[in-house]
Amino acid sequence: MRILIENGTVIDPQQSLNDIRTVFIENNTIVQVLAPNELSNAPFSKEEADYVYNAQDQLICPGLVDIHVHFRDPGQEYKETIETGCKAATYGGFTDVCCMPNTLPINDQPEITKYMIEKARSVGMTRLHPVAAISPGSKGKGLTEMGLLLNAGACAFSDDGQPVSDPQLMRRAMEYARSFDALIISHCEDLRLAEGVMNEGSISTRMGLAGIPNAAESVMVMRDIALCELTGARLHIAHVSTAQSVEAIKFAKDKGLPVTAETAPHYFTLTDSAVLEYDTHAKMNPPLRTETDREAIRQALAEGVIDVIATDHAPHSGLEKMVPYDQAANGIIGLETSLALSLKLVHDRMLSLSQLIEKMSINPAKIMRMPKKIIASGYPADLTIFDLSMKHTISSKLFQSKSRNTPFDGWTCRGKVMQTIINGQLCL
Amino acid sequence: MDHFHQKHILDMTSLSRQEIDYIIKTAETLKEISERPIKKVPMLRGKSIVHFFHEPSTRTRTSFEIAAKRMSADTFSISASTSSMTKGETLLDTVNTLQAMNPDIIVMRHSASGAPHFVSRHLNASIINAGDGMHAHPTQSLLDMMTVREALGKINGLKVSIIGDIFHSRVARSNIIGFTKMGATVTVAAPCTMIPHGIDKLGARVAKTLDDAVSNADIVMALRIQKERQSNFFFPTEREYAYFYGLTYERLKSMNNNAFIMHPGPINRGVELSSDIADCSESLIMKQVTNGVAIRMALLYLLMGGTRNAHSN
Repeated sequence: MRILIENGTVIDPQQSLNDIRTVFIENNTIVQVLAPNELSNAPFSKEEADYVYNAQDQLICPGLVDIHVHFRDPGQEYKETIETGCKAATYGGFTDVCCMPNTLPINDQPEITKYMIEKARSVGMTRLHPVAAISPGSKGKGLTEMGLLLNAGACAFSDDGQPVSDPQLMRRAMEYARSFDALIISHCEDLRLAEGVMNEGSISTRMGLAGIPNAAESVMVMRDIALCELTGARLHIAHVSTAQSVEAIKFAKDKGLPVTAETAPHYFTLTDSAVLEYDTHAKMNPPLRTETDREAIRQALAEGVIDVIATDHAPHSGLEKMVPYDQAANGIIGLETSLALSLKLVHDRMLSLSQLIEKMSINPAKIMRMPKKIIASGYPADLTIFDLSMKHTISSKLFQSKSRNTPFDGWTCRGKVMQTIINGQLCL
Repeated sequence: MDHFHQKHILDMTSLSRQEIDYIIKTAETLKEISERPIKKVPMLRGKSIVHFFHEPSTRTRTSFEIAAKRMSADTFSISASTSSMTKGETLLDTVNTLQAMNPDIIVMRHSASGAPHFVSRHLNASIINAGDGMHAHPTQSLLDMMTVREALGKINGLKVSIIGDIFHSRVARSNIIGFTKMGATVTVAAPCTMIPHGIDKLGARVAKTLDDAVSNADIVMALRIQKERQSNFFFPTEREYAYFYGLTYERLKSMNNNAFIMHPGPINRGVELSSDIADCSESLIMKQVTNGVAIRMALLYLLMGGTRNAHSN
């Protein structure tokens, strides 16, 4: 299979490239990337290509990577399956996703890890990299077989929404992970402080809802940074939502600790005022914070304190959201809205396009030790093609995801995924 | 070296290179006694030795008992479960009571690091540390060095690799100090949870992988993995430990064709060592046990005055 992509602008931060290029793909590999004046060196002509994609006025970037999604498979397939999840990812422009272990059963065994990878492979779209649990059943009582899980294909370890409370277990988990140079992802939440349903502040008070203070997150960020310093293990802080967490992460990075961090589009797009109508689609964990926090997150992205944008794609069926706010499930889906919402940062001039691609492709791939995301000959043909400015209205009815729980339904955005190329295959 | 001046054997740090050498040489001479048809000499006749074991032990305790009896000493055993310590007596009161009965040597094992040092400051008898907490096991280290010297003719310049739970191991600590003192280089390998902070300052190199530790070693010493460490999160399962750090004969041969295998016992077969390796011709494990008696005979003999005393008999 030979694919020729012409007339598009290639954005590749690792080569400081932002220019018109023709990309030649043969089978699963990029074989040549040529400027308009170099086309005499083309490895094959347009006529010899099996498919010619005209990327006129479109941007071509290294394949996007979302390192924080929930696919509910095995166990809660009524919310999402690996098939629908991978399709949603592909439509969102993602060539790779990392799937959290809170399935039923929890991904704490090599056999479950293998099942997830195999199932995604059979779908043949976005690649799935399972994150395995830190403790069996994410119960916080011991360590999983990290070495055997890594051999089975696990990319990192996290107990995600059932975070490790016992600091001794977290210490040992980080030490043990260091034996394999493995990454620990921490969902930073003190479960006692977080006994609420939305951000603690004037809005929660007015609405009569139990609040979750910023400290519920930042105390654990600070604990895990201290443990990172003690153990030397690689630590990644998931879905940062508060200004205090940003300060702590900046402190850790200034110290040279191996700490990285992500945030989700909703934390730099929305604030707790989105909850005002008791909208259960604005309920997630960590909760939407105040304007001060939102601004701190945007600044942290611009300054590089936050390395990654990840969606925390958390599908829930209508059953779990069409209930009183208190009782609603936490989480929103994000795969099919992520790029459009994140491009707002570029349109707002908070980030350059290169910086955005770094946070959605280059950095997450580096943190997960995936093959280098670069548009150059000899590298895997994993590309995302998008239109930077096309106006379109988000319609959850059109989602590939099995769930519809998004607060962004009906929003008009600029920017749209046009094509996702995974392993040399045009997937849209 | 004319005389042996140590009053106690508490750890490897307080023994000099010359003293270690002298102890091993003495043990090599005394080893022959255990091969005689009548395994008894009168060297320690009239001496009283108390074996005070506050922690379970089979091989160390039996080894000391046999060593003392082969040299005609009178031995007495006290274990934690049968002593008045179960009635709430403090350690100091127990050993003072023992002291009042005038023993010459107290061989002591205790779960608290430093307990023999504490006792030695309050008693007239000589103390031999038969293992204290995670701190030291000097007689094990001495018998290990004797076994290595017997197998390879020297210790100086050898590469010794210790695999396993270094964190909890008094054998590892004593061997790192002992072997390094005698001119060997010691490498350790284990999951990072089992490598204690600052072990490099004791003289050990920390290997990144099992292969890195084993491929150039002259001696590979495996340590027992204790299942109860699982509950304190030091490792996930025996299956995983065996997969990444367990030695099988095939695996050893693929990494290193010349290394000898040692283990302080007891072995968890199928975890740190497979059966085919524990019983292979490169295994020195049974020789360690045999030499253990000789080393302990040598220590009892030297602490009681050595040649001076023997001549006066």
